[in-house]
Amino acid sequence: MNKKMSLREAFGKALVKIGRNRKDFVVFDADVAGGTGTYHFRDTFPERFFQFGIAEQNMFAAAAGFSTLGITPIVTTYAVFASMRAIEQVRNSIAYPKLNVKIVASHPGLDTGPDGATHQAVEDLAIYRAIPNMVVISPADPVEVEKATEAILDYPGPVYMRTGRSPVPIIFDENYKFEIGRANTILEGEDVSLFATGIMLHRALEVAQYLRKYGIYCEVVNISTLKPLDKETIIRSAIKTKAVITMEDHNVIGGLAGAISEVLSYYEPTLMRTIGIKDCFGESGEPNDLAKKYHLDRDSIIKIVEETVAIKNKFMRGRKWKDLKIKYPSLLAQVEE
Amino acid sequence: MDKLYQKATKLRKLVLQMIHQAGSGHPGGSLSAVDIITVLYFYEMRIDSKNPNWENRDRFVLSKGHACPALYAALAEKGFFPKKDLFSLRKINSRLQGHPDMLTTPGVEMSTGSLGQGFSAAIGMALAGKYIGKNFRVYVLLGDGELDEGEVWEGAMCASHYELDNLVAIIDYNGLQSDNYNTKTMNFEPLVEKWKAFNWYTLEIDGHNIPQIVNAFNRAKRLKRKPTVIVAHTVKGKGVSFMEDNPKWHGSLAPDDEQLKIALDELDGKELITNE
Repeated sequence: MNKKMSLREAFGKALVKIGRNRKDFVVFDADVAGGTGTYHFRDTFPERFFQFGIAEQNMFAAAAGFSTLGITPIVTTYAVFASMRAIEQVRNSIAYPKLNVKIVASHPGLDTGPDGATHQAVEDLAIYRAIPNMVVISPADPVEVEKATEAILDYPGPVYMRTGRSPVPIIFDENYKFEIGRANTILEGEDVSLFATGIMLHRALEVAQYLRKYGIYCEVVNISTLKPLDKETIIRSAIKTKAVITMEDHNVIGGLAGAISEVLSYYEPTLMRTIGIKDCFGESGEPNDLAKKYHLDRDSIIKIVEETVAIKNKFMRGRKWKDLKIKYPSLLAQVEE
Repeated sequence: MDKLYQKATKLRKLVLQMIHQAGSGHPGGSLSAVDIITVLYFYEMRIDSKNPNWENRDRFVLSKGHACPALYAALAEKGFFPKKDLFSLRKINSRLQGHPDMLTTPGVEMSTGSLGQGFSAAIGMALAGKYIGKNFRVYVLLGDGELDEGEVWEGAMCASHYELDNLVAIIDYNGLQSDNYNTKTMNFEPLVEKWKAFNWYTLEIDGHNIPQIVNAFNRAKRLKRKPTVIVAHTVKGKGVSFMEDNPKWHGSLAPDDEQLKIALDELDGKELITNE
């Protein structure tokens, strides 16, 4: 975990790499190619790059019409605009008719940094998750961004994918397999499940490795697809650890915390804590400083993990994973369907 | 031309009967658009109801989606689906939704209903047509009230920027929007000058005069390197005296039995088109 690259850069480079082999997509931009990373594609394939100016509503609905001709538009802008400025165009013109349009947005969450609250989308995952027919993806590192970009192009239907602004460590190697709708367990553990999405995954891994030295074994699961959610992996992990913590650079309302709560409250009510933006707007600042102030940083996570494990041990003393597994056979069968 | 006028009358009767049976809908704005839609489907566009996905077909997008009874009547008359389906409009399990749905209705090119979006979608189709080197044409019908939407002017800029001479926008300028006259709700005049300023070719016609509609489409085909907008002056509720130019008949409203009879009598005095 020493090399770093931002997810938007990774996305821009992936577009060029994938674009050399497949001609079935074009890129739409609303005058933010420098910010979203698509300038790589613009400079390499100018004839496949469409500039719409600072006019997102027209861009999104035009993408709907464009896609009916069998070429996939990848529509790119900042997450704030993709999820709010033009969301009704996305809902009515893209999602409702289930058109093959991919929406890839940068500048999500506090990771956006100095631009401040106007440009830090803390709602995009919640908004997109609530729209029928949408697939919602938030990759964790540059390798996953590239794999996910290819995967969403293979998927026939509307997708929202979130990238990121700041450089993050490269976690995965070339053998990493990304599949839409599958959560990957990166690290196994028994004490608590850390369900992380996007750039929070590297923080989860850092904390998990640190706490191992103190005898706390975190299970780290990468929830890169928020919809459709990999219920089975989530429930299995919750049954195993009996304590979960969600981690997202997003409002704790409606995003990953919401998604995990919906699944676990239905199938496997579990002790749960959330790490994320606590229903407030951000502000200007460097991403690492903002992470600290808004409790998304390593030390805040460690504190929450320790608290959660302590609470769990108080209530769960004497009960073993094996006993619990026997207690819920019908539930597991249900999940496996 | 006589045949087109007859066809338009037939579509008007279907529109009224459909909305009557549905119990709600938008009769005024459907009737004002009938003649334009008639010319598009029965004269102008290269389409094939036997092969609705023919890739070189011309495309029509009804951006003022609430006028879909007129579109559905044209599609059924053209053979895209059985005419009896028309009478399921707005009912549960119907292939005819209250606003156009491209997934359930054969021949509908784009799901529309939220104003401004169909116009942008048509721009996307025209842009894609140029990109893949197809020479089909794209027609998009907008309401006049729809012009209040900012997205329309984003699109207007975009279409002329990309020199989309394969795109024709028609404004159904009936002077009325949902609640009141355009001039009272939100005045967008001078309209033709606005489109000119956005670098479009502009044509102004009587939207109920079929030869004028035909000529306008022919002229648009000869105009190169710019999109064309046809400002079609129309009458809301055209053909039915008590509906004409009356904001009450925008929607969601349906004629009752008595009103339907009067309306059909006025159109051609002939009997109902039966529910086969």
